[in-house]
Amino acid sequence: MDAIEAQAGQRGRSVGFRRLLEPLAAAAVTLFGLLLITFVIGRVIPIDPVMAIVGERASQEVYERVRAELRLDEPILEQFVLYLGDALRGDFGTSVLTGNPVLQDVWRFFPATVELATVAILIGALLGVPAGVIGAVMRGRWPDHLLRFVSLAGYSVPLFWLGLVGLLIFYLRLDWVGGPGRIDLAYQYTIEPRTRLMLLDTLLAGDAAAFASAVSHLVLPAGILGFYSMAYIARMARSLMLEQLSQEYITTARVKGLSEARIIWRHAFPNMMVPILTVIALTYAFLLEGAILVEAVFAWPGIGLYIVNSVLSADMAAVLGATIVIGTCFVGLNMLSDLLYAVVDPRTRPS
Amino acid sequence: MSALVHWLLAEAPTSARQAQAGRLFRGAALLIGNPLAVVGIVIVATLVMVALLAPWLATHDPLAQDLGQRLLPPSAAHWLGTDQLGRDIYSRVVHGARLTLIIVLLVAAVVGPVGLLVGIVAGYFGGWVERVLMRVTDVFLAFPRLILALALAASLGPGIESVVIAICLTAWAPYARVARAETLTIRSSDYIIAIRLQGAPAIRVLAIHIAPQCVTSMIIRLTLDMAGVILIAAGMGFLGVGAQPPAPEWGAMVATGRDFLIDHWWVATVPGAAIFIVSLGFNFLGDGLRDALDPRHG
Repeated sequence: MDAIEAQAGQRGRSVGFRRLLEPLAAAAVTLFGLLLITFVIGRVIPIDPVMAIVGERASQEVYERVRAELRLDEPILEQFVLYLGDALRGDFGTSVLTGNPVLQDVWRFFPATVELATVAILIGALLGVPAGVIGAVMRGRWPDHLLRFVSLAGYSVPLFWLGLVGLLIFYLRLDWVGGPGRIDLAYQYTIEPRTRLMLLDTLLAGDAAAFASAVSHLVLPAGILGFYSMAYIARMARSLMLEQLSQEYITTARVKGLSEARIIWRHAFPNMMVPILTVIALTYAFLLEGAILVEAVFAWPGIGLYIVNSVLSADMAAVLGATIVIGTCFVGLNMLSDLLYAVVDPRTRPS
Repeated sequence: MSALVHWLLAEAPTSARQAQAGRLFRGAALLIGNPLAVVGIVIVATLVMVALLAPWLATHDPLAQDLGQRLLPPSAAHWLGTDQLGRDIYSRVVHGARLTLIIVLLVAAVVGPVGLLVGIVAGYFGGWVERVLMRVTDVFLAFPRLILALALAASLGPGIESVVIAICLTAWAPYARVARAETLTIRSSDYIIAIRLQGAPAIRVLAIHIAPQCVTSMIIRLTLDMAGVILIAAGMGFLGVGAQPPAPEWGAMVATGRDFLIDHWWVATVPGAAIFIVSLGFNFLGDGLRDALDPRHG
C-alpha cells in the first residue's frame, strides 16, 4: 500500500512539474519559430538585402563590404546560427533611421506603449468583467442584447478611424482633451524621464499641471484601446459566467435560499477568476499590438510608431528587432496565462 | 409548401439528403429569426452587390482628378463630397468595395482550406505527424498578426499582394486547431472504423468522410475572421504599407483625409465608416451563424 501511495505521490509531483515545464518548453519552441521567421523575412525574401541597404548606385567595393558585414557569404544555415546567437545576446543590429542599436531604441520607446496599454487594460477589465457578468445574469434581456451589440461593435471598429473621429470631436471641436503626443509641448522638455512613464514622471516631478496635461493626452487613446479590450473581455466574462451558472453547485446554493447577489459574487465569481485573468493577460498582449494603429493616429512615441516609421523607411533591422521584442512579450504573456492555470487553479492540479 | 416543411422537419429523415436539407432549413430559420444576423446578411450582400456593380453605381471615375472641385462638402453633385484632388468620394468608396472583397475572398480561399488540411491530417494520423504539425500551428498562433504582416510588407514592398500574403501567413493556424479537434472526435467513431475496415485509403476517408464534417465550423470561423481581415488590410492601407495610391482602398483613403480633418471631416470619416459597417456586417453574420449552426455555443 505504502509503495503504491508513494508512487502515486511521485507521479502526482512529476505531473505537476510537467505542467510547469510544458508551457516553458512551448514558449521556447515558439520563440525559436519567431526568430526563424524573422530571419526568413529579413534575409531570404528580399531579392537582394545588400541592395536594400546600400542602394542601387553603390560601388562594387561598398557592395562587397556590406555583403560581408551581413555575413551573406556564409552558408544559409550558418547565417541562421549566427543570427540566433546575436538575438540571444540582444544584438538586433543598428537602426538606419535613428543610428542607435535597435535594442536601445526599443527600451526608449517601449515604456510609452506599456503606459498606454496598461491604462487601457485597466479600463477594459474594470468595465468588461462586470458588464459580462451582468450580461450572463440577465441573459436574453435587453442589457444582454446591448452588451452583445457593443461588443460586436468593439470588434468591428477600425481603431485608427475611431481615433481620428475621437480627435475630431473631443480635441478639435470640443477641446476637452489634449491632442496628439504624450504631453503639452510646454512640458515636453521640463519633465525628467525617470521611468519614461509620463504619469509617474510628472508625479515624481511634483508638477500637478504637467500631470493633468499628461492625463488629458492619455485619456482618449487609452479610452479607445480600453473600449477595444472591453469588447473582448466582456464577451468572455459573459460566457464564463454562464458556464458557472449552469453548474449544480449554483442550483444547490439557490435551493439553500441564498440571495442572488451572494450566489453570483461569492459562489460563481471566484470560480471564474482564473480563466478571466488569463483572458485579461491575453488581451493585454493584443493591446500591445493594437497600439500600433492608435499610436500612429495619436503620434504617441511608442514601439508601434517606431515600427511604422521603420517600415516606411525600409529599416529592416529596426522592424525585425521590434517585432521580436513584441513577439517575445506575446509569447511571454501566453506562457504566463498557461502557468497561471497550472499553478492557481487547484482543479487542474492532479489530486 | 406545408408538405415541404413537413418533409424538411421530419423527426426521422429517410435519407442522408433529407437529413442534410432539414438541418440547413433549421439553421436558416434560426438565422432569419436573429435580427442582428439579418442585418449582417444585408450588409454582406450589399458589399457583394456594390463590388459587382461598381462601374454602374459610381457616379464619377474614381481616379479622375479635378482640382477645381477639391474638398467639396457632400452635395447633390458629389453625394459624399470630394477629396483633396477633387475625386468623388462616393465613387471611390464604391470602387473600394471591390478591393475589400478581393482581399477577403483571396484570404478565405487560402486560409480555410490550408488550415483544414493541416488540422485533419494532424488529427487523423496522430503520432509524430500531429506533434510536428501542431507545434508549427502553435508557433503561428502565438504571433502578433499585424506586426508580422507589417514586417512582411516591409520586406516584400507595399502593395495589396503583400497584404494578402501577410494575412494568409498569419491567419491559417486557428483553422488547423479547430479542424484537428473535430477530427479527433470523429476519428474513432464507428462509421469511420467501418470504412477503414473496408480498406478505404486514408485520402478517401479524409476527403469524403472527415473534411465535410469540419466545414461548418470552418465557415463560421471564416465569417467571423473576415471582419478581422478587413480591419488588418485597412490598417495596413492606413499605415501606408497596403494598397498604394491612387487605388481607392478605404484605409488609405482615411489616411489621406487625416490632413484635412479640421475643416473637411468627410474625407477621412466616410471611408472609415464603410470599413466599420462592412466588418460589423461580417461579425453580425458570423455571430448569428455560430448560434444557428454550432449547438455547443449559446
